[in-house]
Amino acid sequence: MKMVFTLAAAAAMIGSIAVAQDFSANLKARQGQFRIMALNVGILGGMAQGKIAYDAEAAQRAADTLVAVSHIDPTPLWVEGSDNMSIDGTRAMPSIWDDHDDFLAKWGGFGEAAAGMQLVAATGQEALGPAMGKLGGACKACHDVHRAPN
Amino acid sequence: MTRAHPLPEEALSGLAGDATRGETVFLAGGCASCHAAPESKEKRILAGGQRFASDFGSFIAPNISPDPTHGIGGWTRAQFASALKRGVSPEGQHYYPAFPYTAYTKMRDQDIADLWAFWQGLPKSDAPSQPHEVGFPFSIRRGVGVWKLLYLKDDWVMDGDLDPVLERGRYLVEALAHCGECHTPRSPLGGLDTTRWLAGAPNPSGKGTIPALTPDKMIWGADEIAYYLESGFTPDYDSAGGHMVAVVENFSQLSAEDRAAVAAYVKALEPAQSK
Repeated sequence: MKMVFTLAAAAAMIGSIAVAQDFSANLKARQGQFRIMALNVGILGGMAQGKIAYDAEAAQRAADTLVAVSHIDPTPLWVEGSDNMSIDGTRAMPSIWDDHDDFLAKWGGFGEAAAGMQLVAATGQEALGPAMGKLGGACKACHDVHRAPN
Repeated sequence: MTRAHPLPEEALSGLAGDATRGETVFLAGGCASCHAAPESKEKRILAGGQRFASDFGSFIAPNISPDPTHGIGGWTRAQFASALKRGVSPEGQHYYPAFPYTAYTKMRDQDIADLWAFWQGLPKSDAPSQPHEVGFPFSIRRGVGVWKLLYLKDDWVMDGDLDPVLERGRYLVEALAHCGECHTPRSPLGGLDTTRWLAGAPNPSGKGTIPALTPDKMIWGADEIAYYLESGFTPDYDSAGGHMVAVVENFSQLSAEDRAAVAAYVKALEPAQSK
């Protein structure tokens, strides 16, 4: 009887841990999303600096991709409890949830900067620099307050 | 020995200040990064109020706007120079070294004169300064005098004959931008351990580390460092976060030559000695 009870308790504990604490899919989605952003910003930044030959079509594709990422609904990715105080493997700070409006406004800021890049990406290499500045500003604005240091 | 030693009132006499050049000093010195109000977008209103955690307590940046009552509008230029170079207030008190006068002590007098000229055009704030939250024995400011004997030095860390680019980079890194305040580890007394200059350090906020800039750890090219200071993007297009956001905001407004000089200095560092 005692044995059965112990097993049941252990199973219940494992069950509740698995249900309440597994954010691995959310983390993969978030970090993958940022990796897609970085790869495409990298194409545009490389062209802006003259390290990659300017190619209007490739620049436009990169900018379109950034806009597409900005349309991803953040709600299923940023689930409460998946902050760096609660779990390992993330630099997402609790302020994302404590001040969620600010977080959403800053995600919106990325969308605006991406849309700005989309408008000018194919118009010439010299247009990339200022649009990169706005993108960088949007990234920093959020990382300044909502991402923990390494 | 441990008394405050202000500069004489005739310090800087005869130097004419240029406010336009002073703006460059203001940006490179990062004054607003700590003295603007928390979260404020108005980086020219030096109202104070940001908190800085340390092993000795929490320091709260004071109002240093030109307001005559709550700021430093009533100061003389020599008193301003004394604060920067000696870490001494007009009342003859030691400042805590959260204020990076161990870096500013290397400032050129002409730059201080230019900065003071620029200061006169800044907006005033009537926000009262808040007291630091520092417990005994660190609340005894006379102790800072002892600390200064150990750590307030005006010799360069990178010595020897430098070309003009490296010399400018050294002035920006070691004096104005006070990079060592975060990137260099501290001794148990809170002084910078210059034998491990820019070798990385724990983050005083308690979480994470401040990266090393020495070549055993920092593998970015000079152009990548300069672009990071201009745009905030790392070579793999991650972006700056934390206090570096403020640094990049300042450095993006400096000249490309100044960013390149900082990059050249960083690439000229010696590898960190293992310890």
